[in-house]
Amino acid sequence: MAKPLLEVEDLFVSFRGAHRTTQAVRGISFNVGREKVGIVGESGSGKSLTGRTVLKLTPKAAHIDAKRLSFDGIDLLAASERQMRSIRGNRISMILQDPKFSLNPLMRVGQQITEAYRLHHKVGRREAEARALAMLEAVKIRDPDRVYQLFPHEVSGGMGQRIMIAMMLIPEPDLIIADEPTSALDVTVRRQVLTILDELVTRRGAGLMFISHDLNLVADFCDRVLVMYAGRIMEDIAARDLRNARHPYTRALLDSLPRLDRATDMLQVPSRDPAWLDGPTIRSGVAT
Amino acid sequence: MSAPPLETSGTGLKAWLTAPIPASPFQARMQQLSLKWWRLKANPSALFGLAVIVLIVLVALFAPLIATHDIYAQDLGKRLMRPSAAHWLGTDELGRDIFSRLVFGARITLYIALLTAIIVAPLGLIIGTTSGYRGGWVDIVLMRVVDVFLAFPSLVLALAFVAALGPGIENAIIAIALAAWPPIARLARAETLSIRKSDYIAAVRLQGASPLRIILGHVVPMCIPSVVVRLTLNMASIILTAAGLGFLGLGAQPPSPEWGAMLASGREFILTNGWIAAIPGTAILITSLAFNLFGDGLRDILDPRHG
Amino acid sequence: MSAPAANATGAAQETALAVSHLNITFGSGAAAMTAVDDVSFTLGHGEAFGLIGESGCGKSTILRALVGLNRDYEGTIRFRDTVVPRQRDKNFFRRVQMVFQDPYASLHPRKMVQYVLAEPLRIHGFDRHQERIDEILSAVGLGPSFRYRFPHELSGGQRQRVAIARALIIEPELLLLDEPTSALDVSVQAEILNLLKQLRRARDLTYLMVSHDLAVVTHLCERVGMMSEGRIIEEMSAEDVRAGRAAEPYTREFLEASTGYRPAS
Repeated sequence: MAKPLLEVEDLFVSFRGAHRTTQAVRGISFNVGREKVGIVGESGSGKSLTGRTVLKLTPKAAHIDAKRLSFDGIDLLAASERQMRSIRGNRISMILQDPKFSLNPLMRVGQQITEAYRLHHKVGRREAEARALAMLEAVKIRDPDRVYQLFPHEVSGGMGQRIMIAMMLIPEPDLIIADEPTSALDVTVRRQVLTILDELVTRRGAGLMFISHDLNLVADFCDRVLVMYAGRIMEDIAARDLRNARHPYTRALLDSLPRLDRATDMLQVPSRDPAWLDGPTIRSGVAT
Repeated sequence: MSAPPLETSGTGLKAWLTAPIPASPFQARMQQLSLKWWRLKANPSALFGLAVIVLIVLVALFAPLIATHDIYAQDLGKRLMRPSAAHWLGTDELGRDIFSRLVFGARITLYIALLTAIIVAPLGLIIGTTSGYRGGWVDIVLMRVVDVFLAFPSLVLALAFVAALGPGIENAIIAIALAAWPPIARLARAETLSIRKSDYIAAVRLQGASPLRIILGHVVPMCIPSVVVRLTLNMASIILTAAGLGFLGLGAQPPSPEWGAMLASGREFILTNGWIAAIPGTAILITSLAFNLFGDGLRDILDPRHG
Repeated sequence: MSAPAANATGAAQETALAVSHLNITFGSGAAAMTAVDDVSFTLGHGEAFGLIGESGCGKSTILRALVGLNRDYEGTIRFRDTVVPRQRDKNFFRRVQMVFQDPYASLHPRKMVQYVLAEPLRIHGFDRHQERIDEILSAVGLGPSFRYRFPHELSGGQRQRVAIARALIIEPELLLLDEPTSALDVSVQAEILNLLKQLRRARDLTYLMVSHDLAVVTHLCERVGMMSEGRIIEEMSAEDVRAGRAAEPYTREFLEASTGYRPAS
């Protein structure tokens, strides 16, 4: 494989509180190439924080430390806020869980997409509008001319998330970080949104960091999966092998899911081993 | 993430306050209180406000011990004296010791503030929560009453009441309370409107609880913190209104060492003997400021949305 | 008396709950929106029935109408062969309780666990408060040491256990579950589902569950009603769901979408 887009080595994120310092991410290393990488874990595992750290969108109290945190040869740790602004949205973009909170409620959605494009490309309004309409079409919105004129409160959840995807993908970023992009959506809508995301990412050869709590979904949707627990990566595994995972935590998570294919009486409740906190990451079945 | 420090180091009180498993409701409440105290301690301006309030309370409590002179004793030979060893803050136009009068004045100010709070808080809470929880015509009627009260500036309203009831400190308190409850009721109502939609209120309704039980047992406790914060912040304006009434001669009556009245009598000499007016004025300023600072700190620790 | 006799599993036990021709409309005139459209179903004693559907299909609206949080409905609701009055009384709440979706919202932030559990006992005039509280805390797997905790000191799973304890302390017969695990992590979800399963057996409870998660509903319930646009379009047994035996196209689509990700064509 070619040189990875994103390289992370020994990343630590800590929060300095009034009484003590909390380690939220504790020494994780991974790469993201032009592929779909899923990051799964339970709440508090540090998965969302990892995504935000890449864009340096962490809260003020957070302290980031890493041996290496680079995107396409750019050292993100050393990058100035000004450099980061040109990277955000342009080269790396982020899709959040609920479009309601990420769209400006006072601006027509079409305008917002147009603005997103013009922010990073020096083109005229006409051309940007045409691009925005084409993008709305690309995210399978049937009547782009009408939707262009709508305000965010007038669109449904699934439509809103498609608009978000359109807005985030229109500057043609190389890396997309999607933080639970479909958790707020119904299952049937979720499928359509994922299909669109999948198509666009694959067609453009971009990289995708897909942060989710849903193991089944990640196993089917992504190429590779990182399983996080308590700020550590427990396992780094090809998605198709996820159901044969080696790490006890991954196994326990899988076993704790109620299944549709057969009846189970009692579900497995994962027991947690403190040794995992310092244990090795299992990469493709091998402890490293 | 914001879990209390769990290590049970230390002995005695500290261990008791940080024990992971409280053994009695009292211990659990004290643990919560100690956490809040910790957070308050991290806020220097609130701590300063609290310290000043505590100081004023102590001064008021021990006024007879602190005062150096009889506050009513006139000595026309020693009128309008500058601060000196005999009279720490000088004397007023009748030769009375200003320091002693100031010390006893703290009693009156706190008396007014406290009594107003005791009248206003329950009144505002009950009317506000009932109005918010019941809705419908109850809400309409109660809120129109509030609107009528809110339509007048509070000092004007207080003036009107005092004019009707006659001047005097008790009447001033009633007048201030009547002007101060509507904002509290408004606040309690607004809080109630969001509280009554919450799942935990639906949950008690589904236990079969009566509206009275829900309002008193579940809605009011949620409103209390913001009302306490609001009242603390309002203390400043209550004290100012009281002083204003005193200044206009409608509150505490002349021989009484009320700060506003002292300020009023010092007004004549403001160009020649400025300190007579400046001293009670500064006392009013510092007390209001202390309540404001403390109120801000309280909001940070009591109100979950600011916490 | 129109209790629909065709019980899908053929269970011949007595009926716990019968809902017939339930209609709920929000708004009026031109803006009227039918949230629940002629819904009928029955629940046998000791049975677990799940209503499943996407957001806005009317499943939660049915629950709210059942417990009387929304009184504007048409149709009849029978509990144990008596039509429940529109204004629910104490006697009803003594026998029907509900567990809410979000344990972070359903517990009063300033009340200790002890108080939360004592209140229903007080309202319904139970005796032996302390013993009952200890007993229910053990039953939901928390233990008496949790009595003096405040909700913010508890994890999501622990809060939901307290909420379940609150519902069960007055020993109701029917428990309504409004997406009881959707706000929780998968491992905590497993704990809560196990607890619900075990409590149902131990206390001979009847469950009516509402969820958007097919796997969760079929895990807990023997029978499932698929809802769409305010109607129950299909009733199936959990076996049918697992085997993928669905008659309606919408149900088939929902089933397929629930089993992971396959690109939509």
